[in-house]
Amino acid sequence: MKRDLMEILACPLCKGDLELEVFEEDDVEIVSGRIYCKACDEYYPIEDGIPNMLPPEIRDSDLK
Amino acid sequence: MRSMKTDHVYEPAEDTFLLLRAALKEVRPADSVLEMGCGRGLISRELTSKARRVIATDINPHALRMARKMGIETVRADLFRGIKARFDLILFNPPYLPTGPQDKLEGWLNLAFNGGVSGRETINPFMEDLRDHLAPGGRALLLVSTLSGLIEIEEKAKNDGLEAMMVAREKYFFEELVVLRLRPAGGFL
Repeated sequence: MKRDLMEILACPLCKGDLELEVFEEDDVEIVSGRIYCKACDEYYPIEDGIPNMLPPEIRDSDLK
Repeated sequence: MRSMKTDHVYEPAEDTFLLLRAALKEVRPADSVLEMGCGRGLISRELTSKARRVIATDINPHALRMARKMGIETVRADLFRGIKARFDLILFNPPYLPTGPQDKLEGWLNLAFNGGVSGRETINPFMEDLRDHLAPGGRALLLVSTLSGLIEIEEKAKNDGLEAMMVAREKYFFEELVVLRLRPAGGFL
């Protein structure tokens, strides 16, 4: 994901603002990292360039 | 071994192409576009060169990986949860088939088809949050089927403060597919 995508994302639980933590970034975008909501103390992973903004109860369901 | 589970992702079909044609007529070069439930990303890919920015979401990780491979900006999200921005154009081909417990498909594909018993269980929450995600002058194109109850959908849109206009329709054996153009009723306050 591109860094400025943060401007469109919100916490799916509280709709609040988020913090970005980057693990790996190439010339174009963030490849892996995580997005943190301080208010909910919840992390949303970025894997293979795709942020996963599903709320934990859906994210952790059994479909793979 | 296949690197992606393509059979877990909806194949583009008549509904995809009907929404695509309507979107190509609707899109303007300055638009920021959100395509919800992008599947393989066929519509988003076609719009990328015709809009300022296109962002595609889906709940299905297999779909998102396919869309991303085509160079589309993707976010995994459930409807508008996790999205705070407003957009000029929002597109959605939702799961709209009335589906009882005995009709459910296995796995991810269920989420592409299953509209709940009424066929409107995904359409309704989408419409409830739509106004809050449209920029001034913004509009949405929603694909629906007569199987999911056009009258009920239009009534629901009205109750959610939306003005609905039919901009495309196509008849099939058992249903008619319709593209509704939704805008805030009475403009933006």
